[in-house]
Amino acid sequence: MNDITSLTLTQTISALKDKQFSEEELNNAYLEKIDALNPKLNIFLEVKKNTRGIPAAIKDVIITKNIKTTASSKILSNFIPQYNATVIGKLLENGVSVIGKTNHDEFAMGGSGENSAFGVTKNPWDFSKVPGGSSSGSAAAVCADLCTFALGSDTGGSIRQPSSFCGIVGLKPTYGRVSRYGLIAMASSLDQIGPMTKSVEDTALVLDWISGADGYDSNVSSEKFKVQSSKLNEGIKGLKIGVPKEYFGEGLDPKVEKVIKEALKKLEELGGEVAEISLPHSQYALAAYYIIVPSEVSSNMARYDGIRYGKGRENIGAEVKRRIMLGTYSLSSGYWDDYYAKAAKVRTLVKRDFEKAFEKVDVVVGPVSPTTAWNLGEKVNDPLKMYLSDIYTISANLAGIPGLSIPCGFSEGLPVGLQILGKQWDEETILTVGYAFEQATQWHMEKPKL
Amino acid sequence: MKLTKDQVKHVAKLANLPVTEEEEEKYSEQLSKILDYIDQLNQVDTSDVEPTFNVSGQTNVQSEDKLGVCLPQDDALSNAPKKENGFFVTKGVFDNE
Repeated sequence: MNDITSLTLTQTISALKDKQFSEEELNNAYLEKIDALNPKLNIFLEVKKNTRGIPAAIKDVIITKNIKTTASSKILSNFIPQYNATVIGKLLENGVSVIGKTNHDEFAMGGSGENSAFGVTKNPWDFSKVPGGSSSGSAAAVCADLCTFALGSDTGGSIRQPSSFCGIVGLKPTYGRVSRYGLIAMASSLDQIGPMTKSVEDTALVLDWISGADGYDSNVSSEKFKVQSSKLNEGIKGLKIGVPKEYFGEGLDPKVEKVIKEALKKLEELGGEVAEISLPHSQYALAAYYIIVPSEVSSNMARYDGIRYGKGRENIGAEVKRRIMLGTYSLSSGYWDDYYAKAAKVRTLVKRDFEKAFEKVDVVVGPVSPTTAWNLGEKVNDPLKMYLSDIYTISANLAGIPGLSIPCGFSEGLPVGLQILGKQWDEETILTVGYAFEQATQWHMEKPKL
Repeated sequence: MKLTKDQVKHVAKLANLPVTEEEEEKYSEQLSKILDYIDQLNQVDTSDVEPTFNVSGQTNVQSEDKLGVCLPQDDALSNAPKKENGFFVTKGVFDNE
Protein backbone atom coordinates (compact mmCIF):
# COMPACT_ATOMS: atom_id res chain seq x y z
CA MET A 1 0.00 0.00 0.00
CA ASN A 2 1.03 3.60 -0.60
CA ASP A 3 2.03 5.89 2.21
CA ILE A 4 -1.09 6.56 4.32
CA THR A 5 -0.66 10.32 4.01
CA SER A 6 -0.89 10.26 0.21
CA LEU A 7 -4.47 8.98 0.36
CA THR A 8 -7.39 11.28 -0.39
CA LEU A 9 -10.10 11.79 2.23
CA THR A 10 -12.46 9.42 0.40
CA GLN A 11 -9.74 6.77 0.14
CA THR A 12 -8.83 7.24 3.82
CA ILE A 13 -12.43 6.70 4.90
CA SER A 14 -12.74 3.47 2.93
CA ALA A 15 -9.33 2.21 4.14
CA LEU A 16 -10.43 2.83 7.75
CA LYS A 17 -13.65 0.96 7.07
CA ASP A 18 -11.66 -1.98 5.64
CA LYS A 19 -9.39 -1.87 8.71
CA GLN A 20 -6.26 -1.40 6.57
CA PHE A 21 -4.98 0.82 9.37
CA SER A 22 -6.33 2.28 12.60
CA GLU A 23 -7.18 5.90 13.37
CA GLU A 24 -4.15 5.96 15.64
CA GLU A 25 -1.85 4.80 12.84
CA LEU A 26 -3.45 7.38 10.55
CA ASN A 27 -2.82 10.21 13.01
CA ASN A 28 0.72 9.04 13.75
CA ALA A 29 1.57 8.93 10.06
CA TYR A 30 0.51 12.56 9.65
CA LEU A 31 2.12 13.70 12.91
CA GLU A 32 5.46 12.17 11.89
CA LYS A 33 5.29 13.95 8.57
CA ILE A 34 4.41 17.25 10.25
CA ASP A 35 7.39 16.81 12.59
CA ALA A 36 9.69 16.34 9.62
CA LEU A 37 8.33 19.05 7.32
CA ASN A 38 6.74 21.80 9.40
CA PRO A 39 10.06 23.35 10.49
CA LYS A 40 10.92 23.85 6.79
CA LEU A 41 7.51 25.00 5.57
CA ASN A 42 6.06 26.90 8.58
CA ILE A 43 2.53 25.67 7.90
CA PHE A 44 1.17 24.95 11.38
CA LEU A 45 0.90 27.47 14.21
CA GLU A 46 -0.42 24.79 16.56
CA VAL A 47 -0.39 20.97 16.32
CA LYS A 48 -2.61 18.60 18.32
CA LYS A 49 -1.32 15.12 18.98
CA ASN A 50 -4.60 13.23 18.54
CA THR A 51 -4.97 9.48 18.37
CA ARG A 52 -8.52 9.48 17.03
CA GLY A 53 -10.37 11.01 14.13
CA ILE A 54 -9.61 11.90 10.53
CA PRO A 55 -7.00 14.65 10.72
CA ALA A 56 -8.01 17.99 9.18
CA ALA A 57 -5.97 21.20 9.10
CA ILE A 58 -7.95 24.33 9.96
CA LYS A 59 -7.11 27.87 8.93
CA ASP A 60 -6.38 29.79 12.13
CA VAL A 61 -9.11 32.30 11.41
CA ILE A 62 -11.74 29.65 12.30
CA ILE A 63 -12.20 29.33 16.03
CA THR A 64 -11.63 26.02 17.80
CA LYS A 65 -12.68 25.41 21.40
CA ASN A 66 -9.71 25.22 23.78
CA ILE A 67 -7.24 25.40 20.86
CA LYS A 68 -5.43 28.71 20.51
CA THR A 69 -6.78 30.71 17.55
CA THR A 70 -4.70 33.70 16.54
CA ALA A 71 -5.93 34.89 13.12
CA SER A 72 -2.14 34.96 12.51
CA SER A 73 -2.08 38.24 14.41
CA LYS A 74 -0.20 39.42 17.49
CA ILE A 75 -3.41 40.98 18.75
CA LEU A 76 -4.95 37.51 19.22
CA SER A 77 -1.72 35.68 20.06
CA ASN A 78 -3.11 34.61 23.45
CA PHE A 79 -6.74 33.92 22.46
CA ILE A 80 -8.23 30.55 23.48
CA PRO A 81 -11.80 30.31 22.13
CA GLN A 82 -14.54 29.17 24.48
CA TYR A 83 -16.61 27.49 21.75
CA ASN A 84 -16.30 25.93 18.32
CA ALA A 85 -17.18 27.48 14.97
CA THR A 86 -20.21 25.77 13.42
CA VAL A 87 -18.04 24.13 10.74
CA ILE A 88 -15.80 22.60 13.43
CA GLY A 89 -18.80 21.14 15.26
CA LYS A 90 -20.06 19.66 12.00
CA LEU A 91 -16.67 18.11 11.19
CA LEU A 92 -16.37 16.58 14.67
CA GLU A 93 -19.83 15.00 14.23
CA ASN A 94 -18.49 13.32 11.10
CA GLY A 95 -15.48 11.73 12.77
CA VAL A 96 -12.97 14.43 11.89
CA SER A 97 -10.38 15.81 14.34
CA VAL A 98 -8.35 19.00 14.22
CA ILE A 99 -4.69 18.06 13.70
CA GLY A 100 -3.57 21.66 13.64
CA LYS A 101 -4.23 25.31 12.96
CA THR A 102 -2.68 26.71 9.83
CA ASN A 103 -0.81 29.90 9.15
CA HIS A 104 -2.28 32.55 6.81
CA ASP A 105 -2.17 36.26 6.07
CA GLU A 106 -3.13 38.19 9.20
CA PHE A 107 -6.94 38.27 9.57
CA ALA A 108 -7.06 36.67 6.08
CA MET A 109 -5.88 39.90 4.43
CA GLY A 110 -3.35 39.20 1.71
CA GLY A 111 -2.63 37.15 -1.35
CA SER A 112 0.72 35.55 -0.56
CA GLY A 113 0.78 34.35 3.04
CA GLU A 114 3.48 36.91 3.79
CA ASN A 115 1.30 39.09 6.03
CA SER A 116 1.25 36.59 8.90
CA ALA A 117 2.64 37.85 12.19
CA PHE A 118 4.20 34.40 12.62
CA GLY A 119 6.40 34.18 9.55
CA VAL A 120 5.77 33.18 5.98
CA THR A 121 4.66 29.72 4.82
CA LYS A 122 6.76 28.26 1.98
CA ASN A 123 5.35 26.80 -1.20
CA PRO A 124 6.03 23.02 -1.06
CA TRP A 125 6.76 23.00 -4.82
CA ASP A 126 9.55 25.55 -4.47
CA PHE A 127 10.62 26.94 -1.10
CA SER A 128 11.62 30.26 -2.67
CA LYS A 129 8.01 30.91 -3.83
CA VAL A 130 4.89 32.10 -2.01
CA PRO A 131 2.17 29.49 -1.42
CA GLY A 132 -0.52 32.05 -2.26
CA GLY A 133 -2.95 33.51 0.22
CA SER A 134 -4.59 34.17 2.32
CA SER A 135 -5.23 30.46 3.14
CA SER A 136 -1.50 29.78 2.67
CA GLY A 137 -0.95 27.15 5.35
CA SER A 138 -4.10 25.19 4.54
CA ALA A 139 -3.12 24.95 0.86
CA ALA A 140 0.47 23.99 1.65
CA ALA A 141 -0.70 21.41 4.24
CA VAL A 142 -2.90 19.62 1.70
CA CYS A 143 -0.19 19.85 -0.96
CA ALA A 144 2.54 18.43 1.30
CA ASP A 145 0.24 15.66 2.64
CA LEU A 146 0.26 17.00 6.20
CA CYS A 147 -3.52 16.48 6.59
CA THR A 148 -6.30 14.56 4.82
CA PHE A 149 -8.00 17.85 3.95
CA ALA A 150 -8.18 21.43 5.17
CA LEU A 151 -10.60 24.30 5.62
CA GLY A 152 -9.90 27.79 4.36
CA SER A 153 -11.87 31.00 3.97
CA ASP A 154 -12.34 33.03 0.80
CA THR A 155 -13.26 36.73 0.64
CA GLY A 156 -11.68 37.52 -2.73
CA GLY A 157 -9.87 34.34 -3.73
CA SER A 158 -8.23 33.23 -0.48
CA ILE A 159 -9.17 29.57 -1.03
CA ARG A 160 -8.90 29.37 -4.82
CA GLN A 161 -5.63 31.26 -5.40
CA PRO A 162 -3.45 29.34 -2.89
CA SER A 163 -5.10 26.11 -4.11
CA SER A 164 -3.99 27.06 -7.60
CA PHE A 165 -0.44 27.94 -6.46
CA CYS A 166 -0.07 24.68 -4.53
CA GLY A 167 -1.80 22.38 -7.05
CA ILE A 168 -4.75 21.25 -4.93
CA VAL A 169 -8.56 21.44 -5.16
CA GLY A 170 -10.27 24.38 -3.42
CA LEU A 171 -13.88 25.54 -3.39
CA LYS A 172 -15.43 28.85 -2.43
CA PRO A 173 -19.08 27.89 -1.94
CA THR A 174 -22.03 30.14 -2.71
CA TYR A 175 -22.32 32.99 -0.18
CA GLY A 176 -24.79 31.57 2.34
CA ARG A 177 -23.99 27.89 1.79
CA VAL A 178 -21.80 27.50 4.87
CA SER A 179 -22.31 29.18 8.25
CA ARG A 180 -19.68 31.75 9.18
CA TYR A 181 -20.44 31.44 12.89
CA GLY A 182 -17.00 31.25 14.49
CA LEU A 183 -15.18 32.54 11.43
CA ILE A 184 -13.22 35.61 12.48
CA ALA A 185 -14.89 38.20 10.26
CA MET A 186 -13.03 40.08 7.55
CA ALA A 187 -15.53 41.50 5.02
CA SER A 188 -18.91 40.16 6.05
CA SER A 189 -20.77 40.58 2.77
CA LEU A 190 -18.12 38.44 1.01
CA ASP A 191 -16.56 35.95 3.48
CA GLN A 192 -17.21 32.26 2.97
CA ILE A 193 -15.61 29.10 4.44
CA GLY A 194 -14.79 26.24 2.09
CA PRO A 195 -12.94 22.93 1.61
CA MET A 196 -9.34 22.53 0.39
CA THR A 197 -8.70 18.93 -0.61
CA LYS A 198 -6.73 16.36 -2.62
CA SER A 199 -9.60 15.60 -5.03
CA VAL A 200 -12.91 16.99 -6.30
CA GLU A 201 -14.76 14.07 -4.74
CA ASP A 202 -13.28 15.03 -1.35
CA THR A 203 -14.43 18.63 -1.79
CA ALA A 204 -17.99 17.45 -2.48
CA LEU A 205 -17.94 15.34 0.68
CA VAL A 206 -16.56 18.09 2.93
CA LEU A 207 -19.09 20.59 1.56
CA ASP A 208 -21.83 18.09 2.34
CA TRP A 209 -20.51 17.94 5.93
CA ILE A 210 -20.12 21.66 6.60
CA SER A 211 -23.06 23.23 4.73
CA GLY A 212 -26.50 24.04 6.08
CA ALA A 213 -28.19 26.44 8.46
CA ASP A 214 -27.30 26.60 12.16
CA GLY A 215 -29.48 29.44 13.37
CA TYR A 216 -26.42 31.63 13.99
CA ASP A 217 -25.70 32.95 10.49
CA SER A 218 -28.86 34.47 9.04
CA ASN A 219 -27.48 34.39 5.51
CA VAL A 220 -27.26 30.61 5.38
CA SER A 221 -29.77 28.79 3.23
CA SER A 222 -31.75 26.15 5.10
CA GLU A 223 -31.24 23.86 2.14
CA LYS A 224 -28.44 21.41 2.78
CA PHE A 225 -25.95 20.65 0.04
CA LYS A 226 -25.90 17.04 -1.02
CA VAL A 227 -24.18 15.89 -4.17
CA GLN A 228 -25.09 12.48 -5.58
CA SER A 229 -22.04 10.50 -6.70
CA SER A 230 -24.10 9.40 -9.71
CA LYS A 231 -24.36 13.09 -10.62
CA LEU A 232 -20.59 13.56 -10.39
CA ASN A 233 -20.21 10.61 -12.76
CA GLU A 234 -22.64 12.01 -15.27
CA GLY A 235 -19.94 13.74 -17.30
CA ILE A 236 -20.19 17.01 -19.16
CA LYS A 237 -21.48 16.01 -22.58
CA GLY A 238 -23.45 18.93 -24.00
CA LEU A 239 -22.65 21.18 -21.04
CA LYS A 240 -22.24 24.80 -22.06
CA ILE A 241 -18.93 26.29 -20.94
CA GLY A 242 -18.46 30.06 -21.17
CA VAL A 243 -14.98 31.50 -21.42
CA PRO A 244 -14.89 35.22 -20.55
CA LYS A 245 -12.76 37.14 -23.01
CA GLU A 246 -11.91 39.64 -20.25
CA TYR A 247 -9.97 36.92 -18.40
CA PHE A 248 -7.52 36.47 -21.26
CA GLY A 249 -6.29 40.01 -21.72
CA GLU A 250 -3.31 42.03 -20.64
CA GLY A 251 -1.61 40.80 -17.47
CA LEU A 252 -2.19 37.10 -18.05
CA ASP A 253 1.14 35.25 -18.23
CA PRO A 254 1.29 33.61 -21.71
CA LYS A 255 2.66 30.41 -20.17
CA VAL A 256 -0.35 30.21 -17.84
CA GLU A 257 -2.63 31.02 -20.75
CA LYS A 258 -1.23 28.09 -22.72
CA VAL A 259 -1.97 25.65 -19.88
CA ILE A 260 -5.51 27.04 -19.48
CA LYS A 261 -6.17 26.78 -23.24
CA GLU A 262 -5.08 23.14 -23.16
CA ALA A 263 -7.44 22.50 -20.27
CA LEU A 264 -10.28 24.09 -22.24
CA LYS A 265 -9.44 21.80 -25.16
CA LYS A 266 -9.67 18.85 -22.77
CA LEU A 267 -13.12 19.98 -21.60
CA GLU A 268 -14.17 20.12 -25.25
CA GLU A 269 -12.89 16.59 -25.83
CA LEU A 270 -15.00 15.49 -22.88
CA GLY A 271 -18.10 16.79 -24.63
CA GLY A 272 -18.33 20.32 -23.27
CA GLU A 273 -19.45 23.05 -25.64
CA VAL A 274 -16.98 25.90 -25.18
CA ALA A 275 -18.03 29.40 -26.24
CA GLU A 276 -16.61 32.87 -25.65
CA ILE A 277 -18.68 35.14 -23.41
CA SER A 278 -18.26 38.64 -22.03
CA LEU A 279 -18.30 39.91 -18.45
CA PRO A 280 -17.98 43.59 -19.39
CA HIS A 281 -17.68 45.02 -15.86
CA SER A 282 -14.80 42.70 -14.85
CA GLN A 283 -12.31 45.53 -15.20
CA TYR A 284 -14.07 47.52 -12.46
CA ALA A 285 -14.56 44.62 -10.04
CA LEU A 286 -11.18 45.02 -8.36
CA ALA A 287 -11.68 48.72 -7.66
CA ALA A 288 -15.14 48.06 -6.20
CA TYR A 289 -13.72 45.22 -4.14
CA TYR A 290 -11.00 47.41 -2.66
CA ILE A 291 -13.61 49.84 -1.38
CA ILE A 292 -16.10 47.27 -0.09
CA VAL A 293 -13.50 45.12 1.67
CA PRO A 294 -11.59 47.81 3.58
CA SER A 295 -14.89 49.47 4.57
CA GLU A 296 -16.24 46.26 6.06
CA VAL A 297 -12.81 45.47 7.53
CA SER A 298 -12.66 48.80 9.35
CA SER A 299 -16.02 48.05 10.91
CA ASN A 300 -15.21 44.43 11.85
CA MET A 301 -11.80 45.32 13.27
CA ALA A 302 -13.32 47.90 15.61
CA ARG A 303 -14.18 45.10 18.05
CA TYR A 304 -10.54 44.49 18.95
CA ASP A 305 -10.29 46.70 22.00
CA GLY A 306 -8.23 44.41 24.24
CA ILE A 307 -10.92 44.45 26.93
CA ARG A 308 -12.79 41.16 26.55
CA TYR A 309 -9.98 39.24 24.84
CA GLY A 310 -6.80 39.84 22.88
CA LYS A 311 -4.20 42.56 23.16
CA GLY A 312 -4.08 46.28 22.33
CA ARG A 313 -4.48 47.82 18.88
CA GLU A 314 -0.75 48.56 18.62
CA ASN A 315 -0.46 44.82 17.81
CA ILE A 316 -2.25 45.12 14.45
CA GLY A 317 -0.01 44.40 11.46
CA ALA A 318 0.72 46.62 8.46
CA GLU A 319 -1.74 45.32 5.85
CA VAL A 320 -4.61 45.15 8.31
CA LYS A 321 -3.84 48.71 9.41
CA ARG A 322 -3.73 49.82 5.79
CA ARG A 323 -7.19 48.39 5.16
CA ILE A 324 -8.64 49.84 8.37
CA MET A 325 -7.32 53.25 7.31
CA LEU A 326 -8.66 52.99 3.77
CA GLY A 327 -12.04 51.74 5.02
CA THR A 328 -12.34 54.34 7.75
CA TYR A 329 -11.58 57.02 5.19
CA SER A 330 -14.10 55.74 2.64
CA LEU A 331 -16.84 55.47 5.27
CA SER A 332 -16.08 58.80 6.90
CA SER A 333 -18.50 61.67 6.73
CA GLY A 334 -18.90 63.06 3.23
CA TYR A 335 -17.25 60.15 1.42
CA TRP A 336 -19.76 57.32 1.86
CA ASP A 337 -21.69 58.10 -1.35
CA ASP A 338 -18.54 58.52 -3.41
CA TYR A 339 -16.97 55.28 -2.26
CA TYR A 340 -19.00 52.56 -0.52
CA ALA A 341 -22.32 53.33 -2.21
CA LYS A 342 -20.65 53.73 -5.59
CA ALA A 343 -18.80 50.43 -5.17
CA ALA A 344 -22.03 48.69 -4.15
CA LYS A 345 -23.65 49.89 -7.38
CA VAL A 346 -20.75 48.61 -9.45
CA ARG A 347 -21.16 45.35 -7.53
CA THR A 348 -24.71 45.14 -8.90
CA LEU A 349 -23.33 45.46 -12.43
CA VAL A 350 -20.73 42.73 -11.84
CA LYS A 351 -23.48 40.47 -10.49
CA ARG A 352 -25.71 41.20 -13.48
CA ASP A 353 -22.87 40.30 -15.86
CA PHE A 354 -22.89 36.80 -14.40
CA GLU A 355 -26.68 36.55 -14.42
CA LYS A 356 -26.69 37.38 -18.12
CA ALA A 357 -23.84 34.94 -18.83
CA PHE A 358 -25.62 32.13 -16.99
CA GLU A 359 -28.69 32.58 -19.20
CA LYS A 360 -26.51 31.19 -22.00
CA VAL A 361 -23.97 28.91 -20.30
CA ASP A 362 -23.89 26.42 -17.42
CA VAL A 363 -20.44 27.29 -16.08
CA VAL A 364 -17.82 29.98 -16.61
CA VAL A 365 -14.23 28.76 -16.91
CA GLY A 366 -10.87 30.56 -16.92
CA PRO A 367 -7.62 30.98 -14.99
CA VAL A 368 -7.60 31.36 -11.20
CA SER A 369 -4.65 33.71 -11.22
CA PRO A 370 -2.78 35.61 -13.94
CA THR A 371 0.52 34.01 -12.89
CA THR A 372 1.91 31.04 -11.01
CA ALA A 373 3.44 31.47 -7.54
CA TRP A 374 5.84 34.41 -7.42
CA ASN A 375 9.05 34.83 -5.44
CA LEU A 376 8.86 35.44 -1.71
CA GLY A 377 9.20 39.18 -1.07
CA GLU A 378 8.49 40.17 -4.67
CA LYS A 379 5.30 42.18 -4.04
CA VAL A 380 5.41 42.99 -0.32
CA ASN A 381 6.18 46.67 -0.79
CA ASP A 382 3.58 47.30 -3.47
CA PRO A 383 0.07 46.64 -2.12
CA LEU A 384 -1.63 47.58 -5.38
CA LYS A 385 0.45 45.07 -7.33
CA MET A 386 -0.46 42.43 -4.75
CA TYR A 387 -4.17 43.32 -5.07
CA LEU A 388 -4.03 43.00 -8.87
CA SER A 389 -3.19 39.32 -8.57
CA ASP A 390 -6.77 38.73 -7.31
CA ILE A 391 -8.26 40.03 -10.53
CA TYR A 392 -9.99 36.80 -11.67
CA THR A 393 -11.23 35.61 -8.29
CA ILE A 394 -12.89 38.60 -6.63
CA SER A 395 -15.87 38.79 -9.01
CA ALA A 396 -17.27 35.51 -7.67
CA ASN A 397 -17.32 36.98 -4.15
CA LEU A 398 -18.97 40.19 -5.32
CA ALA A 399 -21.64 38.16 -7.15
CA GLY A 400 -21.96 35.58 -4.35
CA ILE A 401 -21.51 32.65 -6.72
CA PRO A 402 -19.46 29.47 -6.14
CA GLY A 403 -15.98 28.99 -7.61
CA LEU A 404 -13.77 25.91 -7.80
CA SER A 405 -10.02 25.77 -8.41
CA ILE A 406 -8.62 22.50 -9.75
CA PRO A 407 -5.07 21.59 -10.79
CA CYS A 408 -4.80 21.69 -14.61
CA GLY A 409 -1.10 21.56 -15.40
CA PHE A 410 2.26 23.18 -14.74
CA SER A 411 4.27 26.14 -15.96
CA GLU A 412 8.02 25.94 -15.32
CA GLY A 413 7.49 23.38 -12.57
CA LEU A 414 4.78 25.35 -10.73
CA PRO A 415 1.09 24.36 -10.60
CA VAL A 416 -1.59 26.20 -12.58
CA GLY A 417 -5.22 26.19 -11.44
CA LEU A 418 -8.35 26.18 -13.57
CA GLN A 419 -11.25 28.19 -12.17
CA ILE A 420 -14.80 26.93 -12.69
CA LEU A 421 -17.53 29.38 -11.67
CA GLY A 422 -21.17 28.35 -11.34
CA LYS A 423 -24.64 29.74 -10.81
CA GLN A 424 -25.65 30.75 -7.30
CA TRP A 425 -26.37 27.57 -5.26
CA ASP A 426 -25.13 25.34 -8.10
CA GLU A 427 -21.95 23.82 -6.66
CA GLU A 428 -23.10 20.51 -8.12
CA THR A 429 -22.45 21.47 -11.74
CA ILE A 430 -19.00 22.97 -11.12
CA LEU A 431 -18.02 19.89 -9.13
CA THR A 432 -19.25 17.68 -11.99
CA VAL A 433 -17.04 19.60 -14.42
CA GLY A 434 -14.09 19.39 -12.01
CA TYR A 435 -14.62 15.68 -11.47
CA ALA A 436 -14.82 14.92 -15.21
CA PHE A 437 -11.61 16.89 -15.80
CA GLU A 438 -9.85 15.21 -12.89
CA GLN A 439 -10.80 11.72 -14.08
CA ALA A 440 -9.44 12.50 -17.53
CA THR A 441 -6.18 14.20 -16.54
CA GLN A 442 -4.74 13.11 -13.16
CA TRP A 443 -3.00 16.47 -12.56
CA HIS A 444 -4.25 16.26 -8.97
CA MET A 445 -2.04 13.18 -8.44
CA GLU A 446 1.15 15.20 -8.97
CA LYS A 447 3.07 15.81 -5.72
CA PRO A 448 6.11 17.90 -4.88
CA LYS A 449 9.29 16.00 -3.95
CA LEU A 450 9.86 16.73 -0.28
CA MET B 1 -6.72 61.62 -5.14
CA LYS B 2 -4.04 62.66 -2.70
CA LEU B 3 -4.42 61.73 0.92
CA THR B 4 -2.32 64.14 2.95
CA LYS B 5 -0.40 63.25 6.10
CA ASP B 6 -2.91 65.31 8.10
CA GLN B 7 -5.79 63.33 6.67
CA VAL B 8 -3.97 60.10 7.51
CA LYS B 9 -3.52 61.35 11.07
CA HIS B 10 -7.23 62.20 11.29
CA VAL B 11 -8.33 58.83 9.90
CA ALA B 12 -6.00 57.00 12.30
CA LYS B 13 -7.62 58.87 15.16
CA LEU B 14 -11.11 57.92 13.96
CA ALA B 15 -10.03 54.28 13.74
CA ASN B 16 -8.28 54.37 17.12
CA LEU B 17 -5.06 53.19 15.50
CA PRO B 18 -1.66 54.13 16.85
CA VAL B 19 0.35 55.28 13.80
CA THR B 20 3.96 56.47 13.82
CA GLU B 21 5.16 59.47 11.83
CA GLU B 22 6.98 57.13 9.49
CA GLU B 23 3.74 55.21 8.92
CA GLU B 24 1.83 58.44 8.25
CA GLU B 25 4.26 59.10 5.42
CA LYS B 26 3.99 55.57 4.08
CA TYR B 27 0.18 55.36 4.28
CA SER B 28 -0.22 58.78 2.71
CA GLU B 29 1.69 57.55 -0.32
CA GLN B 30 0.24 54.03 -0.51
CA LEU B 31 -3.38 54.99 0.13
CA SER B 32 -3.19 57.81 -2.42
CA LYS B 33 -2.01 55.30 -5.00
CA ILE B 34 -4.85 52.91 -4.16
CA LEU B 35 -7.43 55.74 -4.25
CA ASP B 36 -6.11 56.74 -7.68
CA TYR B 37 -6.75 53.21 -8.87
CA ILE B 38 -10.22 53.23 -7.32
CA ASP B 39 -11.05 56.48 -9.11
CA GLN B 40 -11.78 54.45 -12.26
CA LEU B 41 -15.16 53.58 -10.70
CA ASN B 42 -16.22 57.06 -11.78
CA GLN B 43 -16.02 55.92 -15.40
CA VAL B 44 -18.99 53.62 -14.76
CA ASP B 45 -22.45 55.07 -15.23
CA THR B 46 -24.47 53.90 -12.22
CA SER B 47 -27.23 56.52 -12.34
CA ASP B 48 -30.00 53.90 -12.71
CA VAL B 49 -28.37 51.15 -10.68
CA GLU B 50 -29.44 49.99 -7.23
CA PRO B 51 -26.60 49.15 -4.83
CA THR B 52 -25.99 45.54 -3.73
CA PHE B 53 -25.18 45.11 -0.05
CA ASN B 54 -26.16 41.48 0.32
CA VAL B 55 -26.14 38.61 -2.15
CA SER B 56 -27.69 35.75 -0.18
CA GLY B 57 -31.26 36.70 -1.08
CA GLN B 58 -32.37 36.15 2.53
CA THR B 59 -34.59 38.80 4.04
CA ASN B 60 -36.03 39.34 7.51
CA VAL B 61 -34.63 36.11 8.91
CA GLN B 62 -35.96 35.76 12.43
CA SER B 63 -35.38 33.44 15.31
CA GLU B 64 -37.74 32.42 18.04
CA ASP B 65 -37.68 34.65 21.10
CA LYS B 66 -36.52 32.11 23.64
CA LEU B 67 -33.58 31.55 25.92
CA GLY B 68 -30.85 29.21 24.79
CA VAL B 69 -27.59 27.91 26.14
CA CYS B 70 -25.04 30.64 26.78
CA LEU B 71 -21.47 30.78 28.03
CA PRO B 72 -21.01 30.49 31.79
CA GLN B 73 -19.59 33.68 33.33
CA ASP B 74 -16.17 32.13 34.03
CA ASP B 75 -15.84 30.99 30.43
CA ALA B 76 -16.93 34.35 29.06
CA LEU B 77 -14.22 36.02 31.15
CA SER B 78 -11.51 33.46 30.45
CA ASN B 79 -9.70 35.61 27.87
CA ALA B 80 -10.10 38.95 29.62
CA PRO B 81 -6.78 40.69 30.36
CA LYS B 82 -8.35 42.34 33.44
CA LYS B 83 -11.39 41.20 35.39
CA GLU B 84 -12.88 41.94 38.77
CA ASN B 85 -15.76 40.33 40.66
CA GLY B 86 -16.97 38.57 37.53
CA PHE B 87 -16.82 41.67 35.33
CA PHE B 88 -14.56 42.90 32.52
CA VAL B 89 -12.43 45.84 33.62
CA THR B 90 -12.49 48.65 31.06
CA LYS B 91 -10.82 52.02 30.82
CA GLY B 92 -12.66 54.89 32.43
CA VAL B 93 -15.06 56.73 30.15
CA PHE B 94 -14.55 60.14 31.72
CA ASP B 95 -11.24 61.99 31.73
CA ASN B 96 -10.55 61.86 35.45
CA GLU B 97 -11.11 58.11 35.91
